[in-house]
Amino acid sequence: MYPEYMRKSIRNVEKTRHERLKLARSGKAIFPMMSAEERQGVLDKFHPDYKKDARKKVRIGPNKGENITTKVVDQLEAYSRIKPEYFDLKHPDYETDVLVIGAGSAGFSASLLASENGADVLLVTKLRIGDSNSMMAQGGIQAAVCPDDNPMLHYLDVIGGGHFDNKPDLVKALVSEAPDAIHWLQDLGVMFDRNEDNTMLTKPGGGTCRPRMHSARDYTGAAICRTIRDEVLNRPDKIKILEHQPAVELIKDDKGNVAGAVLYHLENRNYYTVKAKATVIATGGFGRLHIKGYETTNHYGATADGLVIAYRAGANLLYMDSVQYHPTGAVYPPQILGFLCTEKLRGLGAQPVNKNGELFVYPLEPRDIEASAFIRECTERDLGIKTPGGQVGIWLDSPIIEKLNGPGTIKKDLPAMLRQFKRFDVDITQDPILVFPTLHYQNGGIEINDHCETKVTGLFVAGEASGGVHGRNRLMGNSQLDLIVFGRRAGMYAAQYAKKVKTGVLTLSHITEYDKEVEKIGVDKKHISPMVLPDYTPASVKERQYTTEYQGTLR
Amino acid sequence: MPKNIPMVKVYILGEGFDVPEGSTIITAMEHAGFQLTVGVGCREGFCGACATLYREKDDYKLQAGLACQTVVTDGMNIAQIPFVPAEKPIYDINKVNPDIEAFKTIYPTLFRCVGCNTCTKICPQDIEVMDYVQALIRGDIAKAADLSFDCIRCGLCALRCPAEIVQYNAAILARRLTGKYLLPKSQDLEKRVKEIAEGLYEEELQKLTKSNTKTIKKRYYDREIKTG
Repeated sequence: MYPEYMRKSIRNVEKTRHERLKLARSGKAIFPMMSAEERQGVLDKFHPDYKKDARKKVRIGPNKGENITTKVVDQLEAYSRIKPEYFDLKHPDYETDVLVIGAGSAGFSASLLASENGADVLLVTKLRIGDSNSMMAQGGIQAAVCPDDNPMLHYLDVIGGGHFDNKPDLVKALVSEAPDAIHWLQDLGVMFDRNEDNTMLTKPGGGTCRPRMHSARDYTGAAICRTIRDEVLNRPDKIKILEHQPAVELIKDDKGNVAGAVLYHLENRNYYTVKAKATVIATGGFGRLHIKGYETTNHYGATADGLVIAYRAGANLLYMDSVQYHPTGAVYPPQILGFLCTEKLRGLGAQPVNKNGELFVYPLEPRDIEASAFIRECTERDLGIKTPGGQVGIWLDSPIIEKLNGPGTIKKDLPAMLRQFKRFDVDITQDPILVFPTLHYQNGGIEINDHCETKVTGLFVAGEASGGVHGRNRLMGNSQLDLIVFGRRAGMYAAQYAKKVKTGVLTLSHITEYDKEVEKIGVDKKHISPMVLPDYTPASVKERQYTTEYQGTLR
Repeated sequence: MPKNIPMVKVYILGEGFDVPEGSTIITAMEHAGFQLTVGVGCREGFCGACATLYREKDDYKLQAGLACQTVVTDGMNIAQIPFVPAEKPIYDINKVNPDIEAFKTIYPTLFRCVGCNTCTKICPQDIEVMDYVQALIRGDIAKAADLSFDCIRCGLCALRCPAEIVQYNAAILARRLTGKYLLPKSQDLEKRVKEIAEGLYEEELQKLTKSNTKTIKKRYYDREIKTG
């Protein structure tokens, strides 16, 4: 429940609601959209990426000399968790055609397509299968299906949202395979929302010029992820699964190709080796690095592991200077600080307003623009609302959704949001939600081509771990799409590659070499990566852990 | 941590720890010094990895919730259930018909439901679990799919079921059959997939990929916005 002083501000929101409702019903934009110059202005001044200490030069590896997000550089300029000399690579613990690392929707899609293309698959993951950012996505998946929409318009939205930095052939693959991705998912049993006339329900998202967002209530990611997970589980003869065993290094062969990985078992703390003809990284992003101290929408395991191990193996990164902050992270109550409030709220008409109940930005700008405008409202203009815990946010007027779309809309279309807030005594059908940008997505990643190949032969990447598809800013609904389109491609091309490759003698010499480079720039020996899990142990506990050794963040 | 935050005592596997008031079970465990490797996932109530049994002070009732979504109370007793070793039958979705026979074959335990409603009472998503089990017994697959839609596979229903039903796995089959066979097909989707397969947009898309940034920028900022 909101304290009285916040209630006062809510009354301002209620006062202006009627006028704002009239505006929304007029069919015109309720606030002017920004021009190219205004967009650049608000980004330069307010987006966290544009702050002085947001980036620094990476001193080693394939991207040496490039400016990259500071906390990512700290992960790249670190020692390996393993000592190569411990491993008997002549006798790997597992052998497979295709190794898929990561069990979200990209990993599942890759596993399914690899198995359909004749490969035996080993699917490994840090948490349980399906415990992933894919599962948490709420709002939707984009595909140009409506009669007045087409793949070219989708293309323009993607590349404009990405600040024209996207790799064109990746965008082309994304938009032209989108309808087939929806079709494939439907055929596997995903229940997409329909209109009363049986057409697909589609809503607009930030930066889209047509309503193109397909949804499954506000459990879209879950509906997709659990369906394809069930399909993966139905193929035990082709797809073997190892849970709680993250990959902590890649293995190469004497020809320089990637040929498997080293796994670390989080329970018995053993290491296991996998020999694979082809390897797919589908490990997702980096939210748990808490870049610039931000709260995150990401799951517990989102620590950029795939990025780090691919980089050590020689794969280059693209646009790793760019971080996505989702405009609407929850700010109140404190238990859900940083949690995602789906963009679908705004797709259904929810309006961002300041403490006086005034509109200050078009509600569906691309995410980086929208987030920057929120930050401007809370800092320079000082028109945000402070919480008792000291956070600040602006109101997202959710009750207006029901005024626009009819009573019961929130229960029907946003059951996850309704439930999330109800658990902490806020009724979003009656009261607005307090929001502020939250760390959400890794825009860049390991550079791929449209076959999901990297610079290193034998290594394929799909999903959030990859870079190039979304340029420097992803739009809503294109991540779910990316997982399916490029997950399937990675699985198919990896299986095809696995058929013809002859794997040589396995080696971890690239780790030894890389560690030498790390030593040369004088990094503290204690600094190791990948992180695997964040460390939330309070200092008061650590003080008494007299005999505990930490390997990075892990005990 | 600021000193003025009031503390409450929680019992994790029977042992008492002082943790800040307002903590969720997950953050309380972390505050107590547990480094979680299982029984934790998305931390936002979507993945179902953190099913937890608890009992509140001076209460005899065993309750359940998601550790990331449940705020601790003073005197709460907590035990996590990180994994449910329940049955997951294997099937080929292309060979399963959307009818009651499918459930008789694949999930025969469904028909042992005694109607005790324990599953509904324990569900942390407030799903009418027993109602969807009953719908499946009647052969109303679409109803079961609708009722079970918000299931996150935490497994608590199956754990408490006296009839040994694996409700959440039966529910995913119901939803897949509904999505695949029972929901109406979108003609727009079929048409667009066919157009793309026939290469209708190929040339124009090729042209876009070859355009210079200036041309693309102009087309982007000039495009018409339709929101409804």
